[in-house]
Amino acid sequence: MSLVNFAAREITCKIVYYGPGRSGKTTNLQYIFGRVPESRRGRMVSLATRTDRTLFFDFLPLDLGSISGFATKFQLYTVPGQSYYASTRRLVLQGADGVVFVADSQARRLEDNVESLQDLQTNLLEQGADVRHLPIVFQYNKQDLPRDLILTPEELDESLNFRTVPSLSADALHGGGVFETLKAISESVLRRLAAGGTPA
Amino acid sequence: MTPPLNPYFRFDTMVVGSANRLAVTAARAVAETPGAVYNPLFIYAKPGLGKTHLLMAIGHGAKAIDPALSVEYLTLDHFIEAFHAAIASGQGEAYRRRFVDVALLLVDDVQFLTGQREAQAELLRIVDAMQTASRQIVLTSDRPPSEIEALDERLIRRFAGGLVIDIAPPDYETKVAILRRKADERRVSFASGVLEAVARLGLDNVRELVGALNRLIAHQAAGDEVPVERIPGLLGGAAGEEGPAPADGTASDPRSAPAASRERASAAPAEEAGPPRDEFGDFLSDISATLHQQIEAWRGKVAAAILRWGGEGYRTARLEALLEGELARDPEEALREFEVDARQLDALRAEAEQVAPALAGSPVFRDPGDVAAAETLLEQVKDGAHPPPAPSPLWRLETVVEAAGNRVALQAALAVVAEPGQKYNPLVVVGGSGVGKTHVLHGIGNALAARGLRVACLGAEEFTGELIEAIDRDAVPQWRKRYRLADALLLDDVHMLAEKSRSQDELFLLFNHFQESGRQMVFSSAVALSQLGGVESRLLTRLEGGLVAELPAPDREIRQRVADRLLTEKVPEVDPEVAAYVASRPAESVRAVSGLVQRVLSAAEAQQAKVTASFARTVLEGTAARPTARRATAPRSSGLVAPGPGGGGVRSREKMVLDWPDIGDRLIEEWR
Repeated sequence: MSLVNFAAREITCKIVYYGPGRSGKTTNLQYIFGRVPESRRGRMVSLATRTDRTLFFDFLPLDLGSISGFATKFQLYTVPGQSYYASTRRLVLQGADGVVFVADSQARRLEDNVESLQDLQTNLLEQGADVRHLPIVFQYNKQDLPRDLILTPEELDESLNFRTVPSLSADALHGGGVFETLKAISESVLRRLAAGGTPA
Repeated sequence: MTPPLNPYFRFDTMVVGSANRLAVTAARAVAETPGAVYNPLFIYAKPGLGKTHLLMAIGHGAKAIDPALSVEYLTLDHFIEAFHAAIASGQGEAYRRRFVDVALLLVDDVQFLTGQREAQAELLRIVDAMQTASRQIVLTSDRPPSEIEALDERLIRRFAGGLVIDIAPPDYETKVAILRRKADERRVSFASGVLEAVARLGLDNVRELVGALNRLIAHQAAGDEVPVERIPGLLGGAAGEEGPAPADGTASDPRSAPAASRERASAAPAEEAGPPRDEFGDFLSDISATLHQQIEAWRGKVAAAILRWGGEGYRTARLEALLEGELARDPEEALREFEVDARQLDALRAEAEQVAPALAGSPVFRDPGDVAAAETLLEQVKDGAHPPPAPSPLWRLETVVEAAGNRVALQAALAVVAEPGQKYNPLVVVGGSGVGKTHVLHGIGNALAARGLRVACLGAEEFTGELIEAIDRDAVPQWRKRYRLADALLLDDVHMLAEKSRSQDELFLLFNHFQESGRQMVFSSAVALSQLGGVESRLLTRLEGGLVAELPAPDREIRQRVADRLLTEKVPEVDPEVAAYVASRPAESVRAVSGLVQRVLSAAEAQQAKVTASFARTVLEGTAARPTARRATAPRSSGLVAPGPGGGGVRSREKMVLDWPDIGDRLIEEWR
């Protein structure tokens, strides 16, 4: 999708929260939704099952207003983490300007994280996205859980973050690291603007 | 490896106040004459007061004056990093040589020299070498040299030997000026008193000020009009904080330090005690700054491209329109297209140069906004049909002063314009130098061109020059074709063709061609045709076969009217006596009359005097201004005595110069 529409003086960033099921993607969006003034957010579309699992996808449009003469809009999406929604994930990922990979910090979920990351990689390659240059940020969620249950950010970096992209710890349920993550991915995406499509 | 200069950090984007005036003045002096004053220049200030801005502005300023100047900017970090890498790879000498050709070296953040003995020694060597070669070095630090811990005494002395100057925190007025400029740049306007309230918050660091402004912009963008009384409450925290993220984005890039970001994030859970943070407001503020920075980077890219292409001589109106239109289209794409068009023009110009070198300088090949025009011109060049030289628009028949002496020539010129090729073909205007032949010739040319005719109007020397070029390029047929397509041929100073047989041959052919097709020809000659030697008789007889009209030296009537016209152009209410007096001066040509008028007018302007006849006399005869001592010792009796306007005779200085006072002057004049 076109990030900057010069004629309409509009900047639209599509940011997709990706990760294994139950890692906290929707929680991220819900926290953001709760902190954004009503005038700035659209309706959050969330299709969930009875057990609060994302069935289709969440969509949260944010209107940041006019910045330096450009009407700036962010569109935040989550994908359903469950492996059997592969086609939905591919659909949502299309045209993404940036991806937040929300990893579940629990040690027992490491395999799920790795599997989801591989799935992300495959889908991006299938769509012809430039994986090396697409802005990606890792969020290691649930760092508030007891130490013996989770992996440290360093361990998670070691296992997942082989491109050494920015990574942030988070406790999305209480909001820790949520806006920091959004800021990190947004800045990565925006910095690509004047860099002519190459990473800043 | 070396970071480029930030295009925004220029002198004109710096707000100058009492706190930084001295530093900016010194910086400007250094930029204007690198190596000549204040070498080295050492600027120190607390963070966020504009050291880097000033440092880069010096680089931009020096480059603007001399684009070929070699300028290198680096931070001390870069310097040390590169130095260590060079030493590790055994390339220490190559590293030193790197600075040999740098005419202006800008080193940022030298406070980090603390404890860097080898780097200090290396910097000392560089400073010494640059000073010896009169090359400029400018350094910045957050503290004076004497306070940089463990800094080599010799370096301190070197720095003190140049100029060490500081930038103080901005005063209230400067802060307001900075905030206003930043708000203007962001195209945001605030209610009256808002920026003044921000300036009163006690934020001394410009980055903090900009951070506070970002917050305000974010709030205002959210639709909240921020009243003045809410400013301390809204931004009060900022004054005591470490300061928001710098607007230039040099810090807080999580990409470069994921671990640091992580610590920061986990150390600040949202549910901490204390007042609830406006997380979205903070986010919006940061994003605004980042986006603004990116848009400025775009503008910077376009501005740099304008400088670059403008420097290469291209018209950059298209890119300027992009900046004026607030980037109404993708700047990257626009710059790419501009480059493609410029390169295409280069190719077209190179091709045109092969066929007609004189055309390579045509502005048509410098306007990427109209490549089609260049293509058309090239086609015409190839076809030999590109327009021949046109008459100068400065000379018009209407401005020729008509009097009894030149009436015949002028009437003939008007008849030629009225019926080109019919009545007098060719018309040959003969007269001495400066009597107005060229004026009449170009005047006819312009009048014919105004009637829609294609007019070739040039001097005989140019004619020969073009022919030689065409022979050289083996393109004589195209050259001929170019002239044969014209509707009228006007050749100035035809006497210059004497002894140039090939030019005469070509003119003869052209002459016949024009005459057969009933197209007008006009020639001028400073030599009477009967006395014109070195020109073949077949050409001479043809010239004589038309009308030969003489332009005599201007008589007094013409001189007076010319002087009157020239004077009234500049001084509408001038006394007619002045023109009468100027006309009374001896002058062999209209050009000489014009010279006299110019002398009077320039003197009047210089002395701010009213132009009167007596003033003109003083200027032209020098009776008041000129000391008479010399005249007393060497009285001369020669010279014309011309009647003055007030009756009685005045001696002509113009003629007196023929009577040299001594042999030395005479010899000098002979050799000139």
